[in-house]
Amino acid sequence: MKNDNLYKYILGIADNSLILGQRLGELCGHGPSLETDIACTNLSLDLLGQVRSYYQYAAKIAGDGRSEDDIAMLRKERDYLNVLLVEQPNTDFAYCMGRQFLFDVYHFMFLNELQKSTDFTLSAIAIKSIKEVSYHQRFSSDWIKRLGDGTEESHLKMQTAIDDLWTYTDELFHQTDADKAMVTEGIGVDITKLKSAYYQKVSDILEEATLKVPESKYFQKGGKQGIHTEHMGFLLAELQYMQRAYPNMEW
Amino acid sequence: MLSLSKHLKMVTEKQHIANELIPILEQVSDPEIPVLSIMDMGVVRTAVIENNIVKVQITPTYSGCPAMDVIGDDIKAALKEAGYDSEVELILSPAWTTDWITPRGRKALEDYGIAAPLNAEADIDVLLHGKRLVKCPQCGSTNTRLVSQFGSTACKAQFQCDDCQEPFDYFKCLK
Repeated sequence: MKNDNLYKYILGIADNSLILGQRLGELCGHGPSLETDIACTNLSLDLLGQVRSYYQYAAKIAGDGRSEDDIAMLRKERDYLNVLLVEQPNTDFAYCMGRQFLFDVYHFMFLNELQKSTDFTLSAIAIKSIKEVSYHQRFSSDWIKRLGDGTEESHLKMQTAIDDLWTYTDELFHQTDADKAMVTEGIGVDITKLKSAYYQKVSDILEEATLKVPESKYFQKGGKQGIHTEHMGFLLAELQYMQRAYPNMEW
Repeated sequence: MLSLSKHLKMVTEKQHIANELIPILEQVSDPEIPVLSIMDMGVVRTAVIENNIVKVQITPTYSGCPAMDVIGDDIKAALKEAGYDSEVELILSPAWTTDWITPRGRKALEDYGIAAPLNAEADIDVLLHGKRLVKCPQCGSTNTRLVSQFGSTACKAQFQCDDCQEPFDYFKCLK
């Protein structure tokens, strides 16, 4: 493909939101309260709305007759380029909010830079999405503080979730070959430059929430190369079920 | 990379709608807020007649707004009824903001029981710091509190009035 790097770059961004959107969607009807249930599915809707724009653009670039739905629904596990963080399961509400918070802080900083992309479509999607993501970030940060600085039990659960999920944060800042090529062309965001600001912001909020900032330097990686955790296959089985069972079905 | 200010200048275009099309487009409403026409909502950015075909550009309020497909179909149907063939295109840039809701649109929201968006600063105060600034659309009291930052649709938050006790939606500020 002529624009192979751009195509892969777009998938890297979009797959994060698709997979996180799927995880949040799993909470529909299962949220701990009506309000949080609606909130999580609203976040999911925003993310899925954003990925439609990305996949439509990716489909145009691929130019091989595949639609946005084909790209979203019909790839194999190894072809999904999302980070490991977003595929982690909804273990409990503390894990859901921990995962959301650790991603939202990154997502906001990333979109803030992507707005300045020389690629007009990516820039337009970023300008649109960042308004929504600023609400996401406020929502998840708020819950980190409420649970962290809540009861003894909520504090313990929130700390456990953050400690467990921490191992997936470093991967957010790993550059792929597509990333490097897109940075050189002025299209992509140099994510390595966001890292210190990210950990600073995350630490500030954790401290405000009376939580300990994990010190572990052991980090997991692989999602960006298509090598996922054991949870991904189960997630995709559900995500892709309708298209696999009834090929080409439309709503 | 371009500077952001230069970029914003590039994408900030004015609305461009042919006069004879306005009454037709005013008949089309947002299916999730039926009292509000898409014109008062500010989602129609361009509507021009080129070679007997009406070309319309609409922009979503939120990326995931499921109403956009229906709005597109409704626009085509309304124009067809008025004798026009049309093409509807969804554009993302410039991004929609609640500032584009017209004064008439804000009044329609209030009459329908949805509190209209405050300014961006007050929005943060009510959504994050629990300030009581949103006016209850039922009794007019500002003794109201946030129930949830997310409501029945992506664009709204849930509130309750502590004077008349009625729950209601607040249209969140998007800038």
